[in-house]
Amino acid sequence: MRTPLTWLRRNLVVIAGLGTLAYMILPNVVVTVFSFNNPSGRFNYAWQEFSLDAWKDPCGVADLCGSLGLSLQIALWSTLVATALGTAIAFALVRYRFRARGAVNSLIFLPMAMPEIVMAASLLALFLNMGIQLGFWTILIAHIMFCLSFVVAAVKARVLSMDPRLEEAARDLYAGPVQTFVRVTLPIAAPGIAAGALLSFALSFDDFIITNFNSGNTVTFPMFVWGSAQRGTPVQINVIGTAMFVIAVLVVLAGQFAGNRRKKAQPK
Amino acid sequence: MTATAAPPQAPAPAGPPVHKPSTRKRLVPYWLLLPGILWLLVFFVLPMVYQASTSVQTGSLEEGFEVTWHFRTYWDAFTEYLPQFLRSLLYAGTATALCLLLGYPLAYLIAFKAGRWRGLLLVLVIAPFFTSFLIRTLAWKTILADGGPVVGALNAVGFLDVTSWLGMTEGDRVLATPLAVVCGLTYNFLPFMILPLYSSLERIDTRLHEAAGDLYARPATVFRKVTFPLSMPGVVSGTLLTFIPASGDYVNAELLGSTDTRMIGNVIQSQYLRILDYPTAAALSFILMAIVLIMVTIYIRRAGTEDLV
Repeated sequence: MRTPLTWLRRNLVVIAGLGTLAYMILPNVVVTVFSFNNPSGRFNYAWQEFSLDAWKDPCGVADLCGSLGLSLQIALWSTLVATALGTAIAFALVRYRFRARGAVNSLIFLPMAMPEIVMAASLLALFLNMGIQLGFWTILIAHIMFCLSFVVAAVKARVLSMDPRLEEAARDLYAGPVQTFVRVTLPIAAPGIAAGALLSFALSFDDFIITNFNSGNTVTFPMFVWGSAQRGTPVQINVIGTAMFVIAVLVVLAGQFAGNRRKKAQPK
Repeated sequence: MTATAAPPQAPAPAGPPVHKPSTRKRLVPYWLLLPGILWLLVFFVLPMVYQASTSVQTGSLEEGFEVTWHFRTYWDAFTEYLPQFLRSLLYAGTATALCLLLGYPLAYLIAFKAGRWRGLLLVLVIAPFFTSFLIRTLAWKTILADGGPVVGALNAVGFLDVTSWLGMTEGDRVLATPLAVVCGLTYNFLPFMILPLYSSLERIDTRLHEAAGDLYARPATVFRKVTFPLSMPGVVSGTLLTFIPASGDYVNAELLGSTDTRMIGNVIQSQYLRILDYPTAAALSFILMAIVLIMVTIYIRRAGTEDLV
């Protein structure tokens, strides 16, 4: 017999899982709803009335869009550099044997196994002691540093799962080393490299702790939000948060859709 | 595994007569490593050295700091901020436990029960990342607002009585209490728990579940004896990815907490950026690093041996 209690017991995992998902999504819902708010004070924490003002004028707050542009710029550059350096390291680790392999592996692993604040503080110690002016360049240097390890991890996983016989086959067919690399190795490693690059971009764009320590007076987007938590939160912050969310979800869904179509297009 | 792109550096006499690789070829891996490793040496290792030197300096901002090998700073900093250290470990530990408790059902759901919804659910798990985490953390100020529906509901079911008995809330407030900070930490690091859990659950061969069922194991027993042990790698990496960043976090305590919920991250941040007492800040940061590394090492050892049993 199916009583409500047995139904509950059978679907306990589903209910608990969806509950967790709701917990994870709720703040995004609040951010979106409150992008249509017209708060009465300086802080956008309590619902007042519906308004489209912020959406009509997303850059209406001083420095907001400037900080957004700066964050995008830093994320782009650190992604480019970290992906290039990290991919090279990943290939060296998987494809070659050399001395100090273990040391290199732990050097890559350590930045990921350390509280961010420790790296943030030590970088500041370096810059202070060397008398380096904090700003755009120190932020960029720091972001490249912590993105590197994540790129190495992503690319390494992909290259490890690659069948080495494909490259042997290319060489047997008289492809030179450069040709083999460009025509065979790189296309197969591409998803790993892309994953590493996307992760770098997201990590750099949203980084707060390391940037907070090493930015001086330069204001990135997360720094702007942090400052606004003290001075007053403009509704435009929610507008930008919502827009970013929608754009990213659309990109991911489009990617999945394209992937599904490709899979259907080439049956086994 | 065999190296294919370059012949391995095996001792020359053994093995078939391969032609010796040229020096240029043997240097290839080092050239590949050079720029990235140099970057990490200069901007990860060297900063540690500078921070170590800062931590044993004495002096003042006006007269400048000098290395005097003043190791007492470590002891003084540790004893003065012991409550904040303990609080950090307590909050981070609680948040990690909650992440595991909340994250496991969702990872399990996605891995085994989602069917064609799997892709969508995975997107929903990582979707919050697309909005800056500071904005999302600020949203908790709205959700947990005094007298709001969430606090009202928690009060109505007696949840706040339990948490105030545990010392995590006071009266009918949630904001500016330890509960709010733990709630924010749990929220912020949940995806770091769910993704590794999912990837290790997803690799489990579901025929093992069927086999256990055929051997008259009840669902709870199947979970305890088959599923959970096989998901241990995910549990270990998930708890590490949650606990390590949570222990050094100061964003949640600053935005959702009060002066009574300051974590060690808040202390390091204000010592470095506001009070400008660099030696104490550097010492605190090294003590935090040492505590985390020791705990992580012990944990990996213990989890590793349990895994073998």
